[in-house]
Amino acid sequence: MTFNKKILTRSIAVAAAALLASVAQAEMSDNEVRIGYLADMSGTYRDLAGPGGLEALKMAVEDFGGSVNGTPIEIFSADDRNSADVGASTVREWIDQRNVDMVAGLVATSVALAALKVIEDKNSLGIVSASAASSITNEHCAPTHVHWVYDTYPMANGTAKAIVDQGGDSWFLLTADYAFGHALEEDVTEVVEESGGTIVDSVRHPFPTSDFSSYILQAQGSGAKIVGLANAGADTVNAINTASQFGLVESGQQLAGLIVFLNDVYAMGLDATQGLLLTTGWYWNMDDESRAWAERYYERMGSMPGMVHAGIYSSTTHYLNTVAELGSDDPVAVRAAMAEKPINDFFARNGRIREDGRMVHDMYLAQVKSPEDSTHEWDLYEILSTIPAEEAYRPLAESQCKLVNN
Amino acid sequence: MTMIFGVPLAVFMGQLMLGLINGAFYALLSLGLAVIFGLLKIVNFAHGAMYMLGAFVTLLSMRYLGINYWAALIIAPLVVGLFGMLIERVLLRRIAHLDHLYGLLLTFGLALIFEGSLVNFFGVSGARYPTPEALQGGFQLGFMFLPVYRAWVLGAALVVCLLTWYMIERTRLGAYLRAGTENPALMQAFGVNVPLLITLTYGFGVALAAFAGVLAAPLYPVSPTMGSSLLIVVFAVVVIGGMGSIIGAVLTGLGMGLIEGLTKVYYPEAANTVIFLVMILVLLMRPAGLFGKEA
Amino acid sequence: MPTTTQTLTPTMKRQRRADLRRNVRYLLLIVAGLVAPFVAYPVFLMKVLCFALFACAFNLLLGYAGLLSFGHAAFLATGGYVTGYLLSSYPGITPELGILAGTLAGLALGGVFGILSIRRQGIYFAMVTLALAQLMFFVYIQAPFTGGEDGLHGVPRGELFGLISLNSNLSMYYFVFAVFLIGFAIIQRTVHSPFGQVLKAIRENEPRAVSLGYNVDAYKLVAFILSAGLAALAGSTKTVVFQLASLTDAHWHMSGEVILMTLLGGVGTLFGPLVGAGLVVSLQQLLAQSPLGNWVSVILGAIFVICVLAFRSGIVGEINKMVRKNFK
Repeated sequence: MTFNKKILTRSIAVAAAALLASVAQAEMSDNEVRIGYLADMSGTYRDLAGPGGLEALKMAVEDFGGSVNGTPIEIFSADDRNSADVGASTVREWIDQRNVDMVAGLVATSVALAALKVIEDKNSLGIVSASAASSITNEHCAPTHVHWVYDTYPMANGTAKAIVDQGGDSWFLLTADYAFGHALEEDVTEVVEESGGTIVDSVRHPFPTSDFSSYILQAQGSGAKIVGLANAGADTVNAINTASQFGLVESGQQLAGLIVFLNDVYAMGLDATQGLLLTTGWYWNMDDESRAWAERYYERMGSMPGMVHAGIYSSTTHYLNTVAELGSDDPVAVRAAMAEKPINDFFARNGRIREDGRMVHDMYLAQVKSPEDSTHEWDLYEILSTIPAEEAYRPLAESQCKLVNN
Repeated sequence: MTMIFGVPLAVFMGQLMLGLINGAFYALLSLGLAVIFGLLKIVNFAHGAMYMLGAFVTLLSMRYLGINYWAALIIAPLVVGLFGMLIERVLLRRIAHLDHLYGLLLTFGLALIFEGSLVNFFGVSGARYPTPEALQGGFQLGFMFLPVYRAWVLGAALVVCLLTWYMIERTRLGAYLRAGTENPALMQAFGVNVPLLITLTYGFGVALAAFAGVLAAPLYPVSPTMGSSLLIVVFAVVVIGGMGSIIGAVLTGLGMGLIEGLTKVYYPEAANTVIFLVMILVLLMRPAGLFGKEA
Repeated sequence: MPTTTQTLTPTMKRQRRADLRRNVRYLLLIVAGLVAPFVAYPVFLMKVLCFALFACAFNLLLGYAGLLSFGHAAFLATGGYVTGYLLSSYPGITPELGILAGTLAGLALGGVFGILSIRRQGIYFAMVTLALAQLMFFVYIQAPFTGGEDGLHGVPRGELFGLISLNSNLSMYYFVFAVFLIGFAIIQRTVHSPFGQVLKAIRENEPRAVSLGYNVDAYKLVAFILSAGLAALAGSTKTVVFQLASLTDAHWHMSGEVILMTLLGGVGTLFGPLVGAGLVVSLQQLLAQSPLGNWVSVILGAIFVICVLAFRSGIVGEINKMVRKNFK
């Protein structure tokens, strides 16, 4: 009997151990942590995320040691060419055929939304770093994705509020005539009016537009103190360039770029952009920690990182940390665990992931330096003030997200 | 204040002026297309890419060789023109005997190659080219502030259009060109080197595009994709004008610029589409185009 | 009583052999299509089939009527948007009805484009269609029902006839394959009908067709509308498969891509567009995830140039030539 009992207990122990081992193995699917990087590598948003974002992702993986608790990390990457089609089918294939555990990057909003729908269907995990759409964690929110770096809400609101507070109380809005521009216009109008300013007039320009001279002329005729650019990307760049040719700033008006990135300012040059107020999620020269990371990035890429690049590094590191602590790369579990830890690194200050998937963190109001004040090529911004994390983003009380109990 | 349809006269005049300046680009580009089409019978889909290359030669020659804007005005059209002649010699000539649609397809492929390669080297954000010093600042016209550079663009484009017209209508070379358009075989029989004439014509057509590119460099960010979307609008302009006449191409280009400019004041939402709408109207009423000869 | 074989002229014999060869090929196509999802990734196959149908529709116009449309993206997008909008806004609509509606919208738009463009020939026709498609592109950016830049997402695949769920990739695949076969059969029937013969006659020598008393413009218009409808069918089906509709489909690059697919596979051959679509889609898929990814448009452009310079009959066209040479 005792003998049998002994055998029994022993075999139970062995079976349990085997079971445990198999569970542990199942938790790191395919014995690899697989990350897919989906971004526009060759089109309009190439400089915003593109190859630089992939490099930042690789840096994060290398700094982590290339493996999580001994499980190697593999990176896939693809160019979505700004096509929702290509993006969605790539992600579908990654998840179906290659068991990718997390998709990073996600740039153009159309691509990001399409990819996130697939990710939601397949119960995988997406970390959006480059898309601007606040709808990602509002009407399109899902338990399967996180939005990291920024969105239109703090970009527009932070800038608009700060400008009105500084006395820029009459606005002319130059709005891109499609859903994105309309939403931005609405947000800004609300903030400006709440802060005591007025919208004198606005004009809706088709998207995309290369020649803004006509609209700039209309803005000059409006007599408004501030000309707000409720557009993005190439449209913003073109508008700012044209404004500088028509002497908009010299004639006493000021430009407010609502969605402006470091690479835009760099491309336009300080002559055209000096004095521009904008909101940013991070700036490479804002403190020692940031500078240290930025310089490592610079050595590899030959250009300074923007907030998206830094955000990709930050989010990937947070993801890998969570996977390591959890001992599993199961997307749903990881997503939940990611939200339980605050995020404080060189990129994010006072960061946390809210229940709608928004990673809120401190944002910064910046002003573009004048050519005289700039000491070198990449010395572009002066940080004026910090917008605290909890004030920067759209309050949950206004959220339409199905994950938020309102 | 005098008002025109609810818009102050001053604003109205300003907008007309700006429309005319944009029209100057349409005119230069459609002129080049018309010259090429006249002799080669192909629609040069690489025209937008040539415009873009003109701007890039300007930008890069300044950046790496220190060549200034004024020199670039000559050098860029020359370089791009020679490049175009090479393309004609090596590629277009081999399909000249085929349906002209193949020419369209070939040049479309070339446009993809040029744009795609430059995107890889320069990205798409676009680089800024400084306005030449002599053309900085602006005129206060009373009704608007007109940057000197834009005035220069309008003047330069019109002069070049006029010279082209003069060359084609009033010189011996132009006479050859017109005769070659009518009957190349007969010209060849008369001892005119028609293949050379074709090469020169293609080179000249793309040089016009490159010239427009130089003019555009200080105005718009110089980016690999700057030409392609513009080209489709120019196609519509060409359909509106018909490719029958040189002067027709120029007038239609300027006219469309004006119409677009006015749309930006009265109904800005339609500014991108108005030229296409005009095209539809013209197709319904005069299918051969305003200045076109063939049906 | 004379037997049938005796009355067969050599031409009829050849015709009969050709028919037999063709039927064998159709059979092979169907068998290959049925087996394919067990060999390759079904979603990828569906993409190929949708683009193949699109290219076949385009080829009907270029290959058999000699009209080069540079605006076919507009029809692909229209089908996609109409289907996508209907399926996401009205849950009661079944996918086949949504697709039907998209196809009808494409037919209607084809009618408008056709009336405007059909009187212009050759290069003008290409430019007019391109300009009209660009107009539609701008319309779709601003129109509220298309979702603008963001496009439409999460279009439900729904249940076919209200019965069969299309959520599994396999059932979706067989549905797409059926749609493709229907489209393909329509094109095949059209090409071999008297109507198709007249189209070819117009392509070869339009003045002669006119002098024979044919209303050339009417024939071209019907071909154009049919081609537009089938392109929209492809777009609608694609929207159901990928559950999205976006501006990519409306962009003029798409019009260029379908030309490339047809040219590469073989203009005026029935199977050419299928082969071309398969190759271009695979190439894009392959390149997107390789270090050469940035060079996609350069490579596509180079293929264009090579095709035009040296390879105008396309792959299937060249094979046909070889077969004809060797088996005469």
